[in-house]
Amino acid sequence: MKARGLALQAALAAALALLAWWLYSNAAANLTARGIASGFAFLRREAGFEIGETGLLAYSAADSYLRALAVGLANTFRVAALGIVLATALGAAIGLARLAPNWLLARLASAYVETLRNIPLLVQLFFWYALITESLPAPADALQPLPGLFLSNRGIFFPLPGSVPQLSGFNFAGGAGLSPEFAALLAGLATYTAAFIAEIVRAGILSVSRGQRDAARSLGLERRAELRHVVLPQALRLMVPPLTSQYLNLAKNSSLAVAIGYPDLVSIANTTMNQTGQAIEGVAVIMAVFLTISLSISAFMNWYNRRAALRGMAP
Amino acid sequence: MNPSRALAFALGAVLCAGAARAQSTLEAVQKKGYVQCGVNVGLAGFSQPDSQGVWKGIDVDLCRAVAAAVFGDAAKVRYTPLTAQQRFTALQSGEVDILSRNTTWTITRDTSLGLNFVGIIYYDGQGFMVPAKKKVKSARQLNGATVCVQPGTTTELNLADYFRTHNMKFKPVVIEKLEEVLNAYFSGRCDVYTTDVSGLVAVRASRAPRPAEHVILPEVISKEPLGPAVRHGDDRWFDIVKWSLYAMIEAEELGLSSKNIEQQAGSPNPSIQRFVGATGDIGKMLGLDNRWAANIVKQVGNYGESFDANLKPLGFERGLNKLWTQGGLMYAPPVR
Repeated sequence: MKARGLALQAALAAALALLAWWLYSNAAANLTARGIASGFAFLRREAGFEIGETGLLAYSAADSYLRALAVGLANTFRVAALGIVLATALGAAIGLARLAPNWLLARLASAYVETLRNIPLLVQLFFWYALITESLPAPADALQPLPGLFLSNRGIFFPLPGSVPQLSGFNFAGGAGLSPEFAALLAGLATYTAAFIAEIVRAGILSVSRGQRDAARSLGLERRAELRHVVLPQALRLMVPPLTSQYLNLAKNSSLAVAIGYPDLVSIANTTMNQTGQAIEGVAVIMAVFLTISLSISAFMNWYNRRAALRGMAP
Repeated sequence: MNPSRALAFALGAVLCAGAARAQSTLEAVQKKGYVQCGVNVGLAGFSQPDSQGVWKGIDVDLCRAVAAAVFGDAAKVRYTPLTAQQRFTALQSGEVDILSRNTTWTITRDTSLGLNFVGIIYYDGQGFMVPAKKKVKSARQLNGATVCVQPGTTTELNLADYFRTHNMKFKPVVIEKLEEVLNAYFSGRCDVYTTDVSGLVAVRASRAPRPAEHVILPEVISKEPLGPAVRHGDDRWFDIVKWSLYAMIEAEELGLSSKNIEQQAGSPNPSIQRFVGATGDIGKMLGLDNRWAANIVKQVGNYGESFDANLKPLGFERGLNKLWTQGGLMYAPPVR
């Protein structure tokens, strides 16, 4: 039996390898026959286009496609990492609010969850983007809710130590700023994913058996202490696996940035594909990068899951 | 192009190629009974559906001219609206037979993308549009500006070149969908919108809430010869599309139009006799009916008629696109 199983698996692996080889060689032959350039040599060529936000990496149009893609990747990381932190904080707060004894608070939290998770994310991104670009004034008439903090349709500008934003020419200079594209994408990803995380938090807490809470209360623990020392440690174990899925979703959803013009990896790769005509290579880069990001998040969360799991009781 | 669409195209190119190459494009087109034409999703004057959903524009007329040449019926066209990013993959993968979508002819595209440009249907150049209230008079004053631009265009590259050359800085806002990039410009997210001057004129006339509030700056920063393209490797189809375009230009030079082609068919002028297929066998050389060019002129019109019907109402000047005999660049090789 064992030999037969092994033989079957070997046959399957061979069939898959054959299919992959056939796809590859067919694609290569077709590209050559049609005179379409292939290979990754284009990565070293000068990109020739500018990128709106480059974050910490220096970039100019004279840099290579590889560098442009690295800038895109850094932009993806930036929005995904901040998005995960914000979504977790907001989601936890809303999940707890749904279980709060305060009727109004609980209702508002459920309304939030039902609204946000039932509207497609793309639509929400357009909403946030329009909110910033259509409803905020031009830089010359920027709102200034606090000294040095400027809100305009060019984004949000705030002072840094020793550098205050000032209107010069077409836009603000000095200080630091969030572009409308980044702000809209971050707000959209965080609020949307928070709705799902809220449900995970709620389900995790409700899954802790009533006896545990009763026992905590009979020990004289207050609600806060009960939550912190008895309920959450047990709930967390159940929350980690579904949270992993939400983090992965957030990272992948960040590619919707293309629609509102945030220069994430997909946006830069799209431009690269179109300038070079090398769609297969471009898509391969996008797939490899997202697979790497997703597997890294997955590996980290699995590690955390093992740490949080009950010894000897992990499934 | 979103990743799944790009992937679908890429895989399509990979998997479907064997079947597509077994017959020539002309045979495939004749068999299916229509020309599949890749056009802009909506650029007034070039390709845009009218209120009845009928595609109109000078790029659309080229598609109709090819259908008239192949089938004797200009209506036998199906249109595939393509964004700037989708267009080349759509042609490479065989999804469309012709790409007639205000596309700039460059050496990179001609060589490494596996396509051939058949000629030039509109001589264009890149310009800038700004809201009049910004009081900008020249592109040289745009240092520090935020510029709305579509990705995957020569526009995006010329823009970076121009600012580099003049040692100025700018922030691009790059959005693929025309609708969204125009929203960003009209809402004030950007100070400047840049594309080919023809595109600026069309957008200002057809999309601006108040056209008078936007000015097109005098600088034209690039050469943008726009033309239709076909896939590498099928010379017969290349010839047909190329000469369909030239037939429209030649007809204008010969004074043939959709109005007078019937009367002129009996003209003693030997050039006209050859053109309408009364003598010679030019049609046969192309593998088409001998009346191919007469059909184009009768059903679609000559180049000037198409220009006047589609572009003139939007405020376009003929400019470089006049016939060579009138000081322009439109010049067809002899039809003989």
